[in-house]
Amino acid sequence: MTSIKLALKYMTTKNIKYLSAFIAVGLAAILMLLNPLIIKVTIDSVIGDDPLNLPTFIMNIFGDYLNRESLLQQLWLPALLILLITILRGIFLYLKGKWAAEGAEEFAKNLRDELFTHLQYLDFGYHLRKDTGDLIQRCTSDLDTIRRFLAIQLVEVGRAFFMLSVVLIIMLSLDIYMTIISLLVVPIIFIFAYVFFQKVKVAFKASDEAEARLSTMIQENLNGVQVVKAFAKQPEEKKKFVQRNNEHKDLTFHLIKLLAYYWSLSDFICFVQIGIVLIAGSFRAASGQLTLGSLVVFTTYIGMLLWPVRQTGRILTDMGKAEIAFTRINEILAEPKETYRGHGSKGQGKISGHIVVQNLSYAYEDELVLDDISFELKPGEKLGILGTTGSGKSTLTYILTRLLDYQKGSIKVDGQELKEYDRGFIRNQIGLILQEPFLFAKTIKENITIGAKEKENLIDSAVEVAQLDKVIDEFRDQYQTAVGEKGVSLSGGQKQRLAIARTLIKDTPVIIFDDSLSAVDTKTDYLIRESLSERYGDKTMIIISHRIDTLADTDQILVMDRGEIVQRGKHEKLLTESGLYSRTWKIQSQSEID
Amino acid sequence: MKNKEKSFKKNIDLKLWKEILLYSLPYKKIIIVLSAVMLLVAGIDAILPLLTRYAIDNYIVTEDLTGLYGFSLIYLLIIVIQGINIFALIYFAGKLETEMAASIREKAFDSLQGLSLSFYNERPAGWLIARLTSDVHKLSSIISWGIVDFVWGSAMMVAIVFIMLRLNFRLALITLIVLPVLLIISIYFQRKILREFRLVRKINSKITGAFNEGIIGARTSKTLVIEEDNCDEFSGLTGKMARSSIKAAIYSSLFLPSVLVLSSIGTGLALWQGGEAVIQGAITYGTLVAFISYTVQFFEPVRELARVFAELQSAQAAAERIISLIKTESDIIDREEVKEKYGSILQPKKENWPEIKGEIEFKKVYFKYNDQEEVLNNFNLKVAPGQKIALVGETGSGKSTIVNLLGRFYEPVSGEILIDGVEYRNHSQSWLQSKIGYVLQDPHLFSGSIKENIRYGFSEATDREIKEAADLVQATEFIEQLPAGFATEVGEGGDLLSTGEKQLISFARAIISNPAIFILDEATSSIDTEMELVMQKAINEVLKNRTSFIIAHRLSTIKNADKIIVLKQGEIIESGSHYQLLDRKGYYYALYQNQFYRGRERQKQRITS
Repeated sequence: MTSIKLALKYMTTKNIKYLSAFIAVGLAAILMLLNPLIIKVTIDSVIGDDPLNLPTFIMNIFGDYLNRESLLQQLWLPALLILLITILRGIFLYLKGKWAAEGAEEFAKNLRDELFTHLQYLDFGYHLRKDTGDLIQRCTSDLDTIRRFLAIQLVEVGRAFFMLSVVLIIMLSLDIYMTIISLLVVPIIFIFAYVFFQKVKVAFKASDEAEARLSTMIQENLNGVQVVKAFAKQPEEKKKFVQRNNEHKDLTFHLIKLLAYYWSLSDFICFVQIGIVLIAGSFRAASGQLTLGSLVVFTTYIGMLLWPVRQTGRILTDMGKAEIAFTRINEILAEPKETYRGHGSKGQGKISGHIVVQNLSYAYEDELVLDDISFELKPGEKLGILGTTGSGKSTLTYILTRLLDYQKGSIKVDGQELKEYDRGFIRNQIGLILQEPFLFAKTIKENITIGAKEKENLIDSAVEVAQLDKVIDEFRDQYQTAVGEKGVSLSGGQKQRLAIARTLIKDTPVIIFDDSLSAVDTKTDYLIRESLSERYGDKTMIIISHRIDTLADTDQILVMDRGEIVQRGKHEKLLTESGLYSRTWKIQSQSEID
Repeated sequence: MKNKEKSFKKNIDLKLWKEILLYSLPYKKIIIVLSAVMLLVAGIDAILPLLTRYAIDNYIVTEDLTGLYGFSLIYLLIIVIQGINIFALIYFAGKLETEMAASIREKAFDSLQGLSLSFYNERPAGWLIARLTSDVHKLSSIISWGIVDFVWGSAMMVAIVFIMLRLNFRLALITLIVLPVLLIISIYFQRKILREFRLVRKINSKITGAFNEGIIGARTSKTLVIEEDNCDEFSGLTGKMARSSIKAAIYSSLFLPSVLVLSSIGTGLALWQGGEAVIQGAITYGTLVAFISYTVQFFEPVRELARVFAELQSAQAAAERIISLIKTESDIIDREEVKEKYGSILQPKKENWPEIKGEIEFKKVYFKYNDQEEVLNNFNLKVAPGQKIALVGETGSGKSTIVNLLGRFYEPVSGEILIDGVEYRNHSQSWLQSKIGYVLQDPHLFSGSIKENIRYGFSEATDREIKEAADLVQATEFIEQLPAGFATEVGEGGDLLSTGEKQLISFARAIISNPAIFILDEATSSIDTEMELVMQKAINEVLKNRTSFIIAHRLSTIKNADKIIVLKQGEIIESGSHYQLLDRKGYYYALYQNQFYRGRERQKQRITS
């Protein structure tokens, strides 16, 4: 029930409509129950000869016209009444559908937007440890479970309870004995439905899991098609597939079999109930205690009631699912967002690019990743960093762009402590190019201008420097070529070059290359560096690379190992020292030396 | 071809469904039993109001209960039969659905396994996966449950109309006036509703995609400071979703009331005209009540039939896609006599496979990808067994094409490729591919343990052989440092390991079957320097005594080759050993200079300083 309260919170403008949907569905249910009553009165008192026993308020108004004789002449009147009531009921049903949908869809939209926004602004640390598949599941299917629950199921439950209580009142006013007999099965079938769907949860889950295993297998096979072919492993893959395919088939069929038991048994119980009403009614009618019209009312009502009761049993088990889904979504929303505001938050001005790092340390889960790092970078200077995997280079770049916040030491950017800057501002000043950049499913042009839509005129220069122009020329649709699943897939090196172009276009005073030329061939790497220093020579740059050639030009090189700076200096100096730098240099120029 | 797969025809395509019926032929018996059961269900559903009529006319109106026990027993018997029927209908429809889904999926999978790489290059894996999962599901469920609803709906309608006409011809005609209108309105709405829901699903998949991008691309979004733009864009998408969903819901909520109003006209007519008939003594009370129930009942089958037709239309697109996938012919097929002798892709006859020495010859090979420019024109190359060949050249010079042709992932447009002196299309593709060891640029691993991944190259390998293969490629050291050693799980696509580690395992996987021919396609790019050194040693070890083709960006990998072939626009412009080529001071020399020029300069500085 807490989930419903929360749900109403997200229907900011539509919660009145949503609540109105319940009233509409209630009114529709009452109207639906009226038609059998009209038929009863017509059969008993117009066609038959029972006294006309209408509620007094109707008699007060229409009393003069309503007598058996006049009605006998005008049998079309009850028929018209039935039509009018149904039209009215139709209107309420329509409103219910519309309002419930509007409420539930607004809820879904608001929650989706909030989730997405939240994910965008979540702490970087969260993104490092997240499980993408699980998150997407929460954002899509969990959310849809709640939406369906609100739009369809909850309203249905409301209708069922409404109907049950009104039916009870009408039935009681007609015949107490028949009421008890007619509703005999209702609790049984309700409990049966509830217990059954609780029990088959396991079977549902087993079938779902088998399906997941099957699709994972197919996915791996198709993604690795080149390997499958290269090793001529199709027969083995087929064996694996057949096993999963059959497993899925068997488990799904097992579930359907269980459902077959449920539906046949519960249908049978319902038929028994209708039979009991008919036979018991015959007894009562034969002894004159029940009119024919009332019997028709009882059989019609029981037919109307049994279906929603069976559904309710099922929905109540689903309600647990909606509750769980809500908890899972709330877990995401409870994660802290990054705080943004700070110095420079107006986004005005530019930093000069003077960076001083002093005694910087950073630990991740008790493990020291950066240990007492100090260096200074003057505006326009180039800093090179060489380090093994896990030496903390990437962490340093995350800290400099405030993706991670440092715990010890200080970083001064233009004399101001980095922590005091606005995150958005600082990221617009320090451009970070990642080793494995992510491209969006948009066109090449949109991908390049994504961070600086207003600077579209700079696109050619950025693309030229990144040596991307020749790549784009090869595509049929040039800049308009779509990237990703539905378009071309770029190679690792091409992606890196695109990432460079999209950072260059932002024209940030500081640029960090986090091994972002690793997949580019040596010749292109060289060309990029040449044109970079030609056109963007005034920028402060931090260049992380495994290639000595790339680092050799920089003003200052840091060699990092396990979070510490183990060597520093210019290329020439580092070559003379024994250590990682000269060792790497030897390997890379091996053919030259031997 | 791709467009044809995507097209959605508005009308029911009878030829297509005839073809689909062929797929359901093996389940003829189930379908017949299912149809019979459905006829029975419809029949009982239709006669139940007659039982009520009988009770009213014979017991209630007459106030005489003789025979009520017999009546009760008959009623009980009928509902027991109906209960069994309902079990049978779900059982058989479920059987049909699951069996058909599994067999169609298997057919599609078989077809996919035989298709060539050029097919895969044109279609993203995600697209293909959707064919094998959601499309197959849609098709099999529409066939099985469609039969259920169709048989029941039509039988029920015929039965109700028939019973009503028999009960009272005049009254039946009057009340059935609404039936045609009901049919038309139902079909109209069901079509609209399905179309709207399809639109909703389309937007929904876009939203899923956006979440995916938002999560995976979070780091990139942060560094570019585009969170706000992303959120705005997303909000536009969800707004569209909400509008479409509400529209779809409105159509659905209009449909039910219209049907109800129409059938209430029927009920009203039955009450009015039937009531007069009762008074005139033309029909009994029981008949009147039965008529009233029938007018309420007959909108159900009408609605079901309308739904089946609408769904049939929407499933048609799925059916078209699956069938065209199953019927797609591979560009690369073994000739019948070759299949006869060496077996097919899925059923190889390994006992007939000859050994391979490793002599390779490209003879007047001409090749181009689909309608693009030619890549190779009159390409000739002869490689002796055990020779190490390095291919050098710019992107697009034809390096990868040559190894793809060699592995028969593509075939020459004209010309021949001889292996041990025999044109390779005289053998089966599986034979060739299992005799060649590959290390590809992207070392795709399968989920499972390291051991299982290495064994992928040779199913019969013992644990010791696996260890030896790992030793040979210098992978044992890092494997043994992992928490579970060789039993460590590598994750989906091998993503729990680093690129370099994956590459070493793919190396071991390639070497374990002891192939006579070895192909290295950019195997050492994107690996850090120290790892590269390890790889270099492994490569030298592995390539001993094997015919091998190496493609690499880094010249250090290439230097040791017996013969370096320099390619430009599909032609060999230089070939020879490293030193021969350097002496020639040609293209290779220039390339070499380019890579090491600056390095040499530095070294000079070092020497002179």
